[in-house]
Order: sequence, then structure tokens, then C-alpha cells
Amino acid sequence: MAGAIDTLNSLARRVPIWSVYLLLALPIPWFFYQGLNGGLSRDPVKGLEHLYGLWALRLLIAGLIVTPLRRTVGLNLLRFRRAIGVMTFVYALAHLTVWAVLDVQTLSRVWTDILKRPYITIGMAGFLCLIPLAATSNSWSLRKLGARWRKLHRLTYVAALLAALHFLWLAKGLQLEPLIYAGVILALLIYRLPFKRIRQRLSQGGVNRIRS
Amino acid sequence: MANRWINRLTDRDVTDEAQYFNRRQIMGGAMAGLGLASLGQGAMAQEELTPNDYEDITQYNNYYEFGTGKGDPAKYAGSLTTKPWTVAIEGMVDKPGDYAFENIMKAMTVEERIYRLRCVEAWSMVVPWNGFELADLLNMAGVQSGAKYVAFETAYRPEEMPGVRFPVLDWPYVEGLRLDEAMHPLTIMATGIYGKDIPNQNGAPLRLVVPWKYGYKSIKSVVRITLTDKQPPTSWNKAAPREYGFYSNVNPEVSHPRWSQADERPIGGGLFARRQPTLMFNGYEEEVAGLYEGMDLTANF
Repeated sequence: MAGAIDTLNSLARRVPIWSVYLLLALPIPWFFYQGLNGGLSRDPVKGLEHLYGLWALRLLIAGLIVTPLRRTVGLNLLRFRRAIGVMTFVYALAHLTVWAVLDVQTLSRVWTDILKRPYITIGMAGFLCLIPLAATSNSWSLRKLGARWRKLHRLTYVAALLAALHFLWLAKGLQLEPLIYAGVILALLIYRLPFKRIRQRLSQGGVNRIRS
Repeated sequence: MANRWINRLTDRDVTDEAQYFNRRQIMGGAMAGLGLASLGQGAMAQEELTPNDYEDITQYNNYYEFGTGKGDPAKYAGSLTTKPWTVAIEGMVDKPGDYAFENIMKAMTVEERIYRLRCVEAWSMVVPWNGFELADLLNMAGVQSGAKYVAFETAYRPEEMPGVRFPVLDWPYVEGLRLDEAMHPLTIMATGIYGKDIPNQNGAPLRLVVPWKYGYKSIKSVVRITLTDKQPPTSWNKAAPREYGFYSNVNPEVSHPRWSQADERPIGGGLFARRQPTLMFNGYEEEVAGLYEGMDLTANF
């Protein structure tokens, strides 16, 4: 196990970051192309909207899983986290754009829906959380903000919670898929919150690891 | 009793899918040549009622017993055994019993009805159904004078329906109509689409179609019809009473709590299809508004 993790870690060190951006960005035009050519069911607008939203949610989870993976099995994917975070924002933006432009189509209706429909309000709030995160996802901001950067980026937790709720709320009836996503996100948030102090107390006297 | 309603909006003698395509292309060409503005309202209405193609109708379905994805029913409904099929007609009828599907078909007059279909999720289609009037079936069983409502039930077959393993809804799926709604000439039991036997994913071998109500009222693969004097429970109402009422008439002025019902996205128009305004009673106001005279449609949604 340890050998496999070491191999993966050394492999991860050699993967150029730009290739991660490229890999994560490719599905965006690919889904759009499928939507144009009948590949996304008979209702491509909903299909595209759903896919972009789903990928934003998956990338949120991917971003949240980096720390637990490092702490539990020692797999270090930290250097990809900025790319994951930035692409989360890009997918959320694509999701929002498809919803507003291709689905709702009227600007006044977009506004009414955001104000009047709770699941859309929540989705929008989640997106707003991602804006400052995307804006500060550069080394200059990281240096400039220092400790405040870390605090600011805890907004990810809020965004993840809102995204999970958004997905749960829009489903008709009790559906399994949004429940699974909500469960995973909840687990990843619980991992961070209540056990933090316990873990610290357990590792008292030990070397204080750099938290992230 | 059959043929009580004649489609005044579209050609009613169309059975061949190719003809629809030709017509659509011809009209498309004409529209391009003349320019949209020069075409009258009538021509526009007719263009709006061009039926969706067979793939739209049979690959994009809500039939949660086979999964909640729109493509799931087409993928999984093949496992549903539809032969033999019997419909139990029970309750306040003179001749209760199990009616074999073949015997029902022998007694009924099948006609073509091109109807708008408006889903509560704010998308829509136009479907060329083949079917018979529900009134004829109910009269065959003999409706007793005290009956006020009709309750319907979908088949419940865990071994054939992968979707019922998870409690998305309280299975089996049930629906209901007021007796006058059930006897209305627009209300049919559909047994075909485009002149072919209705595919499993669309509710084989027979399903209700009530074109002025949201799609979920049109219950699929019916195994039981019960005449009763009490308003029967309905699946979506049980699941979310605030969102889905007993009547569920298409009404652009009464929003679903989570989304507007003022307009709809027509299926089949591709990525850049424009939304179109939703019509009161889904365009059947003239025929059915009388059923609800004096009723508060906001309270009785």
C-alpha cells in the first residue's frame, strides 16, 4: 500500500498543472457539442444544464477530498487543488449560463426565479461563494492575504453545502443520486468540523502538521 | 360514444411518421420563404401542433418505476410483461371483474387523437395517440349512480421494475379523476402511438391520457380502475401535497412552488429552442373550462 502511494505521489509530482486544467476543461466543449448533435437526450438544454452542474458538484467534492486523502492514506494531490477549484467555478458558471440563457431565456425571469424559488436562491448563493474563491486563486492573492486567505477559502464548505442542498431540493420525489452527493459532502464536512480538536488533542506533543 | 371529439387543430388522418416529417419540412421551407411575419395565426398554431417525432416521444419519458432518468424507461421498460394483461374494474360498477386486454380492445373503438402533453416540469410535446374514450370502457362496466370518482392503479412488479426498489414514491402509482373528468370526450385510454402499439416506456399496454392536466395525471400501464364516491389518493399529492394537487390542471397562472408554469420548453427543438407560453388547460379551455366553473383554481390546483 505504502509503495503504491509513493509511486502515485512521485507520479503526481511529474504531472504538469496545465494538463490538469486542460483535462478538466475538455468536457465543457465536448458536452456542448453533444448537446448540439442530439447526444444529450431529447431535451439537450436540461441535459447540458444538468451535466455542467453535476461536474461542478463533483469538482467541489474533488477539492474537498484532497486533504482527507493526504491525512488518511498519505496521497498528496495538493498541487492540483487550485486547478480543481478554478475549474469548479468554471463549471458552475457554465451551469448558470446555460440555465439563464438557454433554459429560462428571459432576464427578468432569471431575476424572479433567483428571488422567488428557494432552490435557485440557494444555488445562486453557492455560486456567489465561489466568486471570491476564484478571484483569489492566484499566488499573488495567497501572499497578499496570508492567513486571511485560508479563512476566506473556508467558503468552499458553505458552497458545497449549498450545492448539495440545491441538488436535493430540485429533484422531484425522493431520489437516490442527490442523496448520495449530499451524503458524501456531509461526510467530508464532518471530517473537518467536530473531530478537529479531538485529533489535535490526540496528537498533542507531536509535530504540528501544516493544516490546509 | 366514440368519436365525440374531432381534432380541429391538426390533420387527424395521419398515421405515417414520414408524412409528419415531410409536412414539417415543407412548412419549414414555406416559413423561411415567406418570413414569419407574413404567416397568419392559424398557420402558426398548426405548426405548433406538429407532433414530436417517434424518438422524442419514446426516448424521453417519466416512468419512475423504471428509474428517474428520462432515458431510463426506454432502457429498462423492455422487461415489463404486457401479455397477458387484465384490468380489474371494481367498486361502484354493475359488472365488476377482471377484463382481459384483448376483450377490451374488441369492444372499443380506437381513434387517433393528436394532443398536447404538458409535463409539470415545464416541458411539452405533441403526441399522436391511438386509443379509445375512457367513457366507453366505464360504460362497458356500468357506472352506478352513486359513483363520483375514478381511481387508477399502475402495475407494481418489483421483479420487472428496477425503479421501485427505491421509495421515490409510495408504490404502486395511483391516480384519480372526478367522474365528469373521466367521462369527458377528451379523456382517453391510449393503446398506441403513431399507429403502432404503445411502447412499454409510454405505459403499455394501456394508459390514461388527460390532455388538459399535467402529464403525471395520465397514469401508465393501468391494472386497476375503481369507481368510488370518495376522492381517491394520488401518488404525487401524497408525496408533496403542497406542490401537487388532486386536479393538476395545466394553469400558467398558478406556479409550482419551485418553478413557474407560465411557459414551457418544447421538446425536440434542440439546444436553442425558444420557450413558448403555456396555455390555460393546455389549450383545451374551450372544451373543459365548464367542468370547473365557480371553482377557485388557485386553491384547487
